[in-house]
Amino acid sequence: METNVECCESLTSSAASRRAVLLGGASFAAWAYLPKFARAADGRDPRLVVVILRGALDGLATVAPIGDPDYAGLHGSIALTSSGPNAALMLDSFFALHPAMPEFARMYREKKAAVVHAVATSYRERSHFDGQDVLESGFAGPGRVQSGWLNRALEGLPKGERVMSALAVGPTTPLVLRGAAPTVGWTPVALPQAADDTAMRLVDLYRHRDPALASALTQGLALDKAAQGDDMKPKPGTNGIAAMRLVARGAAKLMAADDGPRIGALAFDGWDTHANEGGPVGRLAQLLGGLDGALAEFESGLGARWRDTVVVVATEFGRTARINGTEGTDHGTGTLALLAGGAVKGGRVISDWPGLKPASLYQGRDLAPTTDLRAVMKGVLQDQFGLAERVLAESAFPDSASVKPMKGLVG
Amino acid sequence: MARDSQAALVALHRFGFGARGGASGDFINAASDPRGFVKAELSRPNGVLLEVPGLLSTPALGKAVFDYQFEVQQARNAASQSAAKPAAIGPSAPADEKAQRRNLSLNSIAMDMAPREPPREPPAKSADNANASMGNPPAPSPETMQPAAPKPPPQPLNIIQKTFRAEALARLQRAIIADGGFTERLVVFWSNHFCISANKGGLARMWAGSFEREAIRPHVLGRFGDMLKAVEQHPAMLFFLDNQQSLGPDSRAGKNRNRGLNENLAREIMELHTLGVGGGYSQDDVTALARVITGWTYAGRQGQLGAPGSFVFNANAHQPGAHRVMGKIYEADGVAQGEAVLSDIARHPSTAKFIATKFARHFVADEPPPALVARLADVFTRTDGDLKALATALTDSDEAWKTPLTKVRSPYEFLVATGRLLAQIPSDPGRYLGGLNALGQPLWSPAGPNGFPDSNAAWAAPEGMKLRLDISAQIASRLGDGIDPRDLLELVAADAASVETRRTVERAESRQQALALLLMSPEFQRR
Repeated sequence: METNVECCESLTSSAASRRAVLLGGASFAAWAYLPKFARAADGRDPRLVVVILRGALDGLATVAPIGDPDYAGLHGSIALTSSGPNAALMLDSFFALHPAMPEFARMYREKKAAVVHAVATSYRERSHFDGQDVLESGFAGPGRVQSGWLNRALEGLPKGERVMSALAVGPTTPLVLRGAAPTVGWTPVALPQAADDTAMRLVDLYRHRDPALASALTQGLALDKAAQGDDMKPKPGTNGIAAMRLVARGAAKLMAADDGPRIGALAFDGWDTHANEGGPVGRLAQLLGGLDGALAEFESGLGARWRDTVVVVATEFGRTARINGTEGTDHGTGTLALLAGGAVKGGRVISDWPGLKPASLYQGRDLAPTTDLRAVMKGVLQDQFGLAERVLAESAFPDSASVKPMKGLVG
Repeated sequence: MARDSQAALVALHRFGFGARGGASGDFINAASDPRGFVKAELSRPNGVLLEVPGLLSTPALGKAVFDYQFEVQQARNAASQSAAKPAAIGPSAPADEKAQRRNLSLNSIAMDMAPREPPREPPAKSADNANASMGNPPAPSPETMQPAAPKPPPQPLNIIQKTFRAEALARLQRAIIADGGFTERLVVFWSNHFCISANKGGLARMWAGSFEREAIRPHVLGRFGDMLKAVEQHPAMLFFLDNQQSLGPDSRAGKNRNRGLNENLAREIMELHTLGVGGGYSQDDVTALARVITGWTYAGRQGQLGAPGSFVFNANAHQPGAHRVMGKIYEADGVAQGEAVLSDIARHPSTAKFIATKFARHFVADEPPPALVARLADVFTRTDGDLKALATALTDSDEAWKTPLTKVRSPYEFLVATGRLLAQIPSDPGRYLGGLNALGQPLWSPAGPNGFPDSNAAWAAPEGMKLRLDISAQIASRLGDGIDPRDLLELVAADAASVETRRTVERAESRQQALALLLMSPEFQRR
């Protein structure tokens, strides 16, 4: 009921507040340039979308190790089951997908989606903000830089034409895509614009007095007409879940265009399920449904380009294997990454499963990570864009030479 | 006394919310005695409290929400029973139709309840005067800072929305009429440090304002340890970080209900409220603190534990026994056990360093001078967390006056500064709330328990600046007719304004354009 109250609060407000509903939950940013080989002779035109789930996704609730004898006991009242009214969708004989994700399940059956389980970044503490910093910066520890691994990876790509100029810069570029390489972004906007002449005068003033603001505003002035269309406007009643779809739909439309971005990032908030996480239905189920819808929007919106696309979904860390005292889960370690897209060599759960016996749990409480998330990201970057291992090990993910790119994720 | 325009800019922008328009004389006063101008606010007894008729206590608000939610639930139950009968709709009614029915029932309840509401604070008289003096009729709609988009038909506000707006209005009015605004800036700082989010749910939205009035304001010039205790025992924080659900696994309630710990609040106390990441605590300390504060909750609708909506210690939910937190054993002592832990971590050197760094980062620079941070940490430690002493040390420091004004105002600071300059004391918070939403800083609703960011990377981002310009143009198109922006520039920066800004404002093609450019000028945006 409280959720409804929130919803009505936004309903009664103006377009600006509706827009903020989106800002709070989701945004999209992309590299401002086409990779030079974008129209290469082989006709392959690869695209990459990185989706960051902020708040720490419960990997054991998303793809449940139903075949693990300890799973049901640990996840208790919120554990998924392979039978019954809201049965989880069996991916193989061991792992089952949350029933709120039928689209991902279909992609998986079509071998266009894969799961990498028992994954973690190199971060081993349990602060969201530091965990996100490590996840997105690509450095081994938090607080080192104000740039992200995806941005630094872009510096290793040959820069072609600028993407369509009508793409604005997001107000909240996720850290993963922040850095020296220019980025653009988009969120559905419903504010009338200041006159061009006023904007030009201000840019002129900033150029003389405040170069940093000049740079920010100049980028911000690139308008978002390309993504706009009536179907892109936030509609009354848009909530956080619908916003995930909406932003994905707009991002897909932009990325489908010949002169649109090829490499982008989205961030979705709200995965910190400490209490009443819910099992097959409930709070996490709603969020996963939103994510599932967003993936489906990318598939349909990218059209023919979906064939060359990889979407990677990652989160800062996992949650405790055992539910806490409030039918939720506290901050943990190992979790999963999801891959979807026509270019994904899917239909697989890739995992060196550590097991959930008490002695196997990390610090006796969390799913133990057996795969370094950087290996997944490196593998995707290498397969999609041919980035050299040295670039990946030195600039994208510094000091990570020992973490080899995971082979064969794409193809 | 010599007039120092640059120092006046620091006094008004770094420490405050900018000069008020009209005949306030703020800039001249600040230029005559910059430090005295800032410090004057620190010496007003009870000057930080916000006591406005009609704003209720947390328990009173809690009871109203409980009653409201109870009625909604009953109405919904009744509706679902009666809806099951007519064959016209049938059991397979589309989802949106169901939603509509739900909204209808919410609305009708809100209307039913409306007469029982405390009367809305009448609009401040000076608001109308201010508008009149500027040659503008009072705004007919609350949408100034928002687009003239087609509006959905207005729905009556429910009690939660009404309360939130009344609390927001009181806070905005206070910030806009405050002398320089230093203490209001301190309120915003501490409120963001110890943030809750109204988006957590109805109770959080209802309590967002009372939380700040009761747990933050009384201690802004008091002691950190007192603020810490008030915050962690406030029902809004207990709700926001789930502690009301956390039960000691070996407590009577934990055993009866087979439920247990939730370490959300304990972790954020250590990580975000006091010690900071790397502040010397471990996962075991987090879990131990979570045990120590089991039983810290608020009384529910039935009032079995106390007045509904008030903080209570529920011994039945408390994990029994002694607990070791950061190397020290705390014997079983009811609520005092947790209070003792809070008291100790409030005094921990990591806390002093963490608070001093955040404080200096907020007021001085994203990368604050290390010597200043060290001095503030020292003051914090030496005075046992005296926050007035901390604020005084900041105003006494040379760094605060000599460091260039490099920080970009947050959306809240920008909109409040605009309201002050244009003497727009709101009688409805709608336009401010809409502007804050659009600019990514929805009031009392940060995305996570770490609060809104406090850096230029966050607030001087490209689309953010573009949106600021759009909003400035909106404001200017509504208000720019009757004012001379050249006069306003004198009120904002006088001879501290750059030649280029002066020229840009003077050469604008219209008063509206000049005002938009003035609001966006580096002098107005940086602090």
